Amino acid sequence: MSTRTPIARVRGLGSAKGGTHHWWMQRLTAIALVPLTAWFVTSLICFAGADHAAVSAWLGSPLTAVLMLLLIVATFHHMQLGLQVVVEDYVHQEAVKIGCIIGIKLASYALAVAACFAVLKVAF
Amino acid sequence: MNTGNRPLSPHLQVYRWQWTMLLSIVHRATGIALAAGALLLVCWLLAVANGPDSFAAVHGFLGTWIGRFLLFGWTWSLTYHLFNGMRHLFWDAGIGLELPVAQASGYTVLIASIVVTLAIWVAGYMAAGVLG
Repeated sequence: MSTRTPIARVRGLGSAKGGTHHWWMQRLTAIALVPLTAWFVTSLICFAGADHAAVSAWLGSPLTAVLMLLLIVATFHHMQLGLQVVVEDYVHQEAVKIGCIIGIKLASYALAVAACFAVLKVAF
Repeated sequence: MNTGNRPLSPHLQVYRWQWTMLLSIVHRATGIALAAGALLLVCWLLAVANGPDSFAAVHGFLGTWIGRFLLFGWTWSLTYHLFNGMRHLFWDAGIGLELPVAQASGYTVLIASIVVTLAIWVAGYMAAGVLG
């Protein structure tokens, strides 16, 4: 048993050496996603029923492409942080838990890169 | 810290059931649903990049009843998760933590998510010229 007091153990960055980084990034991406989501949903309403030419002209314009890239980065960062917590709460077998978290993180990065590539391909 | 075998939270069955519990778990459920919805976003963006044929294929799927049903579900998941997420951000700032306020904001979020979801779909159908 450690003779250190509980307060000594949580000072600084704590046992995970991450401090509140996970919590902070979840909030930071959430704040970014409020205006980005409002913009995205409004745009989709405006382009309901639009053909491919109209949608790709919109998606390829500099402002749209930049906002869409920001939306993708914030969404997938927020998503993998959230899914990680769900797994940590409900999956109690260590190997399965770590496996799920690795899968979630790698799949999120792959999906984000694919989405960014699609936007850039339309833009250039 | 040795926690031994004492019961740890969440230990939901000992609590009296309340609406705010449902609102809380729905936030997590809609988050998981939105992760599935994010796959659609990626498919849609890749379809736009791939050309008119792929674009037509994805829109063809979204035009079916199952496609519309999924889109509607994702729209509500998005509005609920967005509004309830804003509720969480206010709590993080120390605002609205009093019990009556937290309950009222919960009902407000639920009703707003339903109203805004319906408004989005009406506006979308109007923009597409379906409702004239």
